[in-house]
Amino acid sequence: MSEFEGKKGEIYELKAELNSDKRERKKEALKKVIASMTVGKDVSQLFPDVINCMQIDNLELKKLVYLYLMNYAKTQPEMAILAVNTFAKDCNDPNPLIRALAVRTMGCIRVDKITEHLCEPLRKCLKDEDPYVRKTAAVCVAKLFDINQQLVFDQGFLDMLKDLLSDSNPMVVANAVAALSEISEQSPQTKIFDLNGPTINKLLTALNECSEWGQVFILDAISNYSPKDDKDAQSICERITPRLAHANSAVVLSSVKVLMKFLELLDQQSEFVQNLYRKLSPPLVTLLSAEPEIQYVALRNINLIVQKRSDILKNEMKVFFVKYNDPIYVKLEKLDIMIRLTNATNIAQVLAELKEYATEVDVDFVRKSVRAIGRCAIKVEQAAERCVSTLIDLIQTKVNYVVQEAIVVIKDIFRKYPNKYESIIATLCENLDSLDEPEARASMIWIVGEYAERIDNADELLEGFLDGFKDENTQVQLQLLTGIVKLFLKKPTETQELVTRVLTLVTQETDNPDLRDRGYIYWRLLSTDPKAAKEVVLAEKPLISEETDLLEPTLLDELICHIGSLASVYHKPPNTFVEGRFIMKKNLPLRSRSYGEQENNTGHTTTMQTNQQPQQVVISGNVGSLIDDFDILSSMPMPSSNPMDTYEQSQNRTASAVPNLLDDELSSILGLDSNLGGNQTPMMNTNTSLPNNNRQTTSIGNELEDLFGDFNLQTGGAGISFSGNNVFVPPKEVWLSAAKGKGLEVSGTFVRRSNQIVMEMDFTNKALQPMNDLALQINRNSFGLTPAQPLQVTSPLFPNQTVPTQLILNTTGPIMRMDPLTNLQVAIKNNIDIFYFNCIVPIHVYFAQDGEMDKMTFVQTWQEIPEGNEVKHQLQNVNNLSIDDLQNKLRLNNIHTITRTAIEQKEMLYQTIKLTNGIFILVELRITPGNRTISFSLKTKLERKFPAAQGAIRCVRYNIDGNYCLTSGSDRTIKLWKPDGSLAIKTYTGHSQEVLDVHSSFDNSRLCSGGVDKRVLYIDVMTGKIMKKYQAHAGRVQAVRFNEEATIIFSASIDGTVKIWDVKSREYDPIQVLDDAKDSVTSLSLGNHELLTTSLDQRVRIYDIRYGKLFEDYIGHNLTYINLSHDQQCFLVGTLSSQIMLFDKVNGKLLQTFVDYTNNTYMIENAFSNDDQFVYSGSENGRLICWNLLTAKQISAIEHEPDNKKAVSTLTHHPKEDKLLTAQEGTIYIWKKKDETEEKEEEIKESFINKKPINVPQFVSGGFE
Amino acid sequence: MIGGVFIYNHKGEVLISRVYRDDIGRNAVDAFRVNVIHARQQSRFPVVNIARTSFFYTKRSNIWLCAVAKQNINAAMVFEFLNKMIEIMQSYFGKISEENVKNNFVLIYELLDEILDFGYPQNSDTGVLKSFITQQGVRPVTREEQTNVTSAVTGQIGWRREGIKYRRNELFLDVIESVNLLMSQQGQVLSTHVAGRIVMKSYLSGMPECKFGINDKITVENRTKNQLESTNSNNNSTTNGSTYPSSTTAKTAIAIDDCQFHQCVKLSKFESEHSISFIPPDGEFELMRYRTTKDISLPFRVIPLVREIGRTKMEVKIVVKSNFKPTLIGQKIEIRIPTPPNTCDVQLLCMKGKAKHKSSENAIVWKMKRMGGMKESQLSAEIELLPNDKKKWNRPPISMNFEVPFAPSGFKVRYLKVFEHKLNYSDSDTIKWVRYIGKSGLYETRC
Repeated sequence: MSEFEGKKGEIYELKAELNSDKRERKKEALKKVIASMTVGKDVSQLFPDVINCMQIDNLELKKLVYLYLMNYAKTQPEMAILAVNTFAKDCNDPNPLIRALAVRTMGCIRVDKITEHLCEPLRKCLKDEDPYVRKTAAVCVAKLFDINQQLVFDQGFLDMLKDLLSDSNPMVVANAVAALSEISEQSPQTKIFDLNGPTINKLLTALNECSEWGQVFILDAISNYSPKDDKDAQSICERITPRLAHANSAVVLSSVKVLMKFLELLDQQSEFVQNLYRKLSPPLVTLLSAEPEIQYVALRNINLIVQKRSDILKNEMKVFFVKYNDPIYVKLEKLDIMIRLTNATNIAQVLAELKEYATEVDVDFVRKSVRAIGRCAIKVEQAAERCVSTLIDLIQTKVNYVVQEAIVVIKDIFRKYPNKYESIIATLCENLDSLDEPEARASMIWIVGEYAERIDNADELLEGFLDGFKDENTQVQLQLLTGIVKLFLKKPTETQELVTRVLTLVTQETDNPDLRDRGYIYWRLLSTDPKAAKEVVLAEKPLISEETDLLEPTLLDELICHIGSLASVYHKPPNTFVEGRFIMKKNLPLRSRSYGEQENNTGHTTTMQTNQQPQQVVISGNVGSLIDDFDILSSMPMPSSNPMDTYEQSQNRTASAVPNLLDDELSSILGLDSNLGGNQTPMMNTNTSLPNNNRQTTSIGNELEDLFGDFNLQTGGAGISFSGNNVFVPPKEVWLSAAKGKGLEVSGTFVRRSNQIVMEMDFTNKALQPMNDLALQINRNSFGLTPAQPLQVTSPLFPNQTVPTQLILNTTGPIMRMDPLTNLQVAIKNNIDIFYFNCIVPIHVYFAQDGEMDKMTFVQTWQEIPEGNEVKHQLQNVNNLSIDDLQNKLRLNNIHTITRTAIEQKEMLYQTIKLTNGIFILVELRITPGNRTISFSLKTKLERKFPAAQGAIRCVRYNIDGNYCLTSGSDRTIKLWKPDGSLAIKTYTGHSQEVLDVHSSFDNSRLCSGGVDKRVLYIDVMTGKIMKKYQAHAGRVQAVRFNEEATIIFSASIDGTVKIWDVKSREYDPIQVLDDAKDSVTSLSLGNHELLTTSLDQRVRIYDIRYGKLFEDYIGHNLTYINLSHDQQCFLVGTLSSQIMLFDKVNGKLLQTFVDYTNNTYMIENAFSNDDQFVYSGSENGRLICWNLLTAKQISAIEHEPDNKKAVSTLTHHPKEDKLLTAQEGTIYIWKKKDETEEKEEEIKESFINKKPINVPQFVSGGFE
Repeated sequence: MIGGVFIYNHKGEVLISRVYRDDIGRNAVDAFRVNVIHARQQSRFPVVNIARTSFFYTKRSNIWLCAVAKQNINAAMVFEFLNKMIEIMQSYFGKISEENVKNNFVLIYELLDEILDFGYPQNSDTGVLKSFITQQGVRPVTREEQTNVTSAVTGQIGWRREGIKYRRNELFLDVIESVNLLMSQQGQVLSTHVAGRIVMKSYLSGMPECKFGINDKITVENRTKNQLESTNSNNNSTTNGSTYPSSTTAKTAIAIDDCQFHQCVKLSKFESEHSISFIPPDGEFELMRYRTTKDISLPFRVIPLVREIGRTKMEVKIVVKSNFKPTLIGQKIEIRIPTPPNTCDVQLLCMKGKAKHKSSENAIVWKMKRMGGMKESQLSAEIELLPNDKKKWNRPPISMNFEVPFAPSGFKVRYLKVFEHKLNYSDSDTIKWVRYIGKSGLYETRC
């Protein structure tokens, strides 16, 4: 009671004070009233007393009274009427502030009776001379509209408001825009705020001058405008871009909104758009240094922008790295964006960050980080392995929620890369007991069920789950049911009991209809048709998309239109969180296409037409494929010709290895001698490559037996079809599976049609969205296949649509040796991604039409080719087929019969095949009539050298044990070879220009290299990763060496220094610089405790490392190369005056001079033989020279190629055997000494027998000095 | 638009409630209190939607500011507005505290009435607001003054009123840069950027037009084209400041990634001619903000060495190196080395300054008043830990604070010219002061 009285007393007191004469007391009283009002006390009794105060001409007092009025007018409408007069009077007050105040307050009093009286003063104020009043009045119209829409229409306030758009004061314009926008949003049917060109122009002008908030209103309004055409859009964009530099983030985001929207209308390729992209990213990044709340809004919007146009921020990954003190909402959002920006190039960085985050404190954040690692694995295939191992590490931490989260993502990884990482299942199973969340449990069960056959105790595991079946979440129950059925199908014998148990449980004891139904279906399937059950339950899983949580595209487009607003923060369309009102759905403008007839149409029909267009395509596409089908049907081979087909297939296969002539492994098997002097280097021929029908196989020929074995198996191969003119066409095979092609499936084959190689392909879209912009490229290959025309596929390709296409190929493209030779690497691009795949080109498409040879030439060639070059084979299983038919069939495939004879009741056919690259293959067929076998032998010789290399080799080096060699070349790469197999093992990149020297460490684990780009690289051999990059030389690096323990790299450079680098240290500065040379240091050689260098200052320098002394020897010639003998007593220096000099290292005496070769310009390398008996050197006339060390007599000078006088500058001696490697231009040669025991000089001259060029492919032309 | 603005104290009692729109009921005030302030689980987002009403909030010390809306409004604008409101209140009555809000509630209502109309933010420039919303009850009396006010609120130059007069025309430019760094344990720079602000205090008469030149790459390139100006700008009255760094960085131009300007700067002119011209507000304001990421000279480097010896002991060694000209001196250096929560004893040894372990903050705070350039200092600490079975302590980064008298980005003011056509004073009559301050932003090294 006392409290009540107290209150009453208080109000009584206030009443008294309000009525007092003194202004100050009145004011104090009013303040108290307002204060009570704020905390929610009812002070409505004071209404009349407060109204009385209105009369006083005091702005501050007035404001307080008005505040009171706004609050209580609604509750006491009758009393509020009393205020009307005062309002009317105030609206005529000479003080604009008072006029404005009156108008402002009137609008806030939501009493119908007052509203009526409002109209006149408002009208007046809308035309007030003072802008302050006008801008207040503009807002007042919106207020009035909120109270009484009809009144606003009737009184014509809207037109007045529209007039204000042309007001001279920008603030008035801005408020008018705000008011109009709101009105038109609330009643869109009235079309009250139709934006047109002139209006936009006015708005854009006002934009430059009004306050930050005004700019937001105007920009938001402009975003609703749809420009006439792309020029219109562009000019608006141009005028808006300066706003991106505004300090107010709302202005920035609203500008971004307009730009993002109008970007849709612009030509995406144009320079303007590219510029815009560049301008958009910095302001967005800047937003991330604002207050955290604004950061949050910005990040939510960036998330949308990145999904729509990932290019804008693709290089800004680092700014999204989480800071320790970021609020959790900022952290989570940054993480999300990081994943979206992840790609193969920045994955390493991202993964390192994510690992860091996974150890943080906040559970949600850690969970999301773990999940993010999984998403990286799914997104970037190259990094999948690293991600999986990171996840396994995290699982080892045994932190419960981390383990669960990791298992959920590993399930997704399993789905993306089936059968790749099952090795980790065991680790997962260890954590079975700790899983308590339904999602993790369900995931684990899925994994167990899916890989049941590889988990020994899968049944026990699943049984364990089954025990508490009833308490599980539905998700887990469903998964468990399916998992056990899968298990049963895979291990039917042991698990019968289990499956019955689960099915009974599910069908009889559960209330969940989903579960029960699924149980019944399984039961029925299993009992009636287990095979069908298998097909259903173990069916191939649909593709898992890499972006699992992308917004749906239409929603994304809608949200883009709401950038900056709440919808963009919630990522929900406005109608889901805004009440009642009808909300216009916004969408991105469509770029009009320049189809002639469409331009004349209205928007409505345009959409109709675009919808129709693809349908037509579908029809025509189907027709095309139908015709193709007919084509194949009509030309199905006759049954009788079947054996011939197989024969022919075999023939094709046989020939397919022809270009593999250079495979020295094979040659050594066949024991082939090479002819040094003759200008025709006979090359052995043939092996067989496996057919490519079912699998891609290699044609490395060292295992002939196996191949022939396989061959026999394949001769019965089915499914061969002939097209129209009986040209052999292998059936189409799937080149790119939908799983790899993100829904795009490509199958195809090659065929020779009218003397052209044609690639026939079917494109099938198995994804859910249409594909367009298909394009195709072919990598360099053995036969120089290259598309003769662009790919012609009618796009877009709609879901489930198949489009066949033909692509004519030329053989004029760049050549690179492939392994196997018929391998072809193809890249296909569409709007989603670029895909790469390999396919095998059947060799017969390379058979040229003009392969017929003159009879005499044939005989001559046949005899010239030694027996060793012949491969013989017999074909079983051949039906009787007249020889004429055989000939005809073969001719159709460009296998030409030259002559035919009969010897000893055998029919002999002599035939030729010519490949597109000019190689002839000679065939002898022996057919015994009545016998079902055809035997044939093939021979060839190489007529033209296989052109492969396009760059020069700068250095060849054996590794420490001579099993491998390294080459470096002008193509900026380093290659690792197995020289005896001519097998390129790995290519190392990292130099930006020619690589001049390379050296491998004692344990073959590291490389060092130096090049024209002044860099010294330290490379890991296995991974190819650049461990260190030293860049302190001022000129090209001429030579590099490891020390014995490979802890130090010496590098000699044209800048006159030798720099010594410690690879173990973290410093990137050399540990020592030897700058004694007065000119370029050309080479260096390492002894046990010495470093020898040569320089163009004509001196040899010997650094004794033990004593720290330097010995200088003046030679008097420009020195290019130094080599220390194996006993370390002498050294050999190459000079630019065509002589090699041998010095005693200890006393510097000249021991011998080797002459008779040319070396005037290049740096020609030299070598000792292993026993220091011979000296080898290259020469500038294309020869390899050998001298006897003691007598200095030249033993041999062997030409590399008969007509090639190009310099042989680099060579390396095998560390153990008597072998040499040299390089001339792009080819590497291996030289082997024939017989060490023979002393006679003449014979030594012939001693290098195995000259074998290795072709070095993949040289990049251009781009270096 | 904004439907209402509420201010609460930390207990959730409402201090200010101003409702602009009919769709926001009285219950909204309570909804926020119940669902956010008193919520059992702390809300994790700065925007919450409760019963189809969106609440935007931010917290300053222990005061909650909240804006409410029912429509799909511009969220960035709301937060910008809330920040602006805080700024205005601070400039009127200082720190935002419960007491200050309570004492000034009439003023706050008056301000809210002026800066938000029907939920639309209106002119919110502090200078202009102060000219007609005053606490003392001193109001413009003459008509002329009244129109001045209204034109200031609405006019093209909403940030400056006419007829300002000073006896001495003077201006101060502060280039304040905060260097942000995230460095990995191994000393690798993970990310770094400089957020720069140019704060100007202008005491100029009339309506002066200013032109501002900086050593931005693009601007400099533009300038070399028209050599004309460069000769004019060498009036060295600009460089009165004693702290002017003559040549901390040798480079002539820097690449500014992005910059933002006070609304007084003519953006279209900047876009087209790359010149910064403006009519400054009277008094202090932030003219420009910029961000650079390239070629930042990091003033300090922290090299941490943390070793955990067994379960109960840790050894920390921190080396700080200063990396600027020896003639300059860095000030207010503070290094904060986080320690695990189960720390029981810390033995500290430092070569310079004072170090203290603050167990309440779980950190060792090492303070040095000043440190010269190219110097190095070291701190070593032995930390004894209580045995703790809880999960591993994840090491928060070591953070650092400092102040250096140069701009780490290499930013330089080239000229600032003042033109006032109506009044009779010229560029050379104004006294200009320039000062460069490099501060630490988030300067962290992971350990």
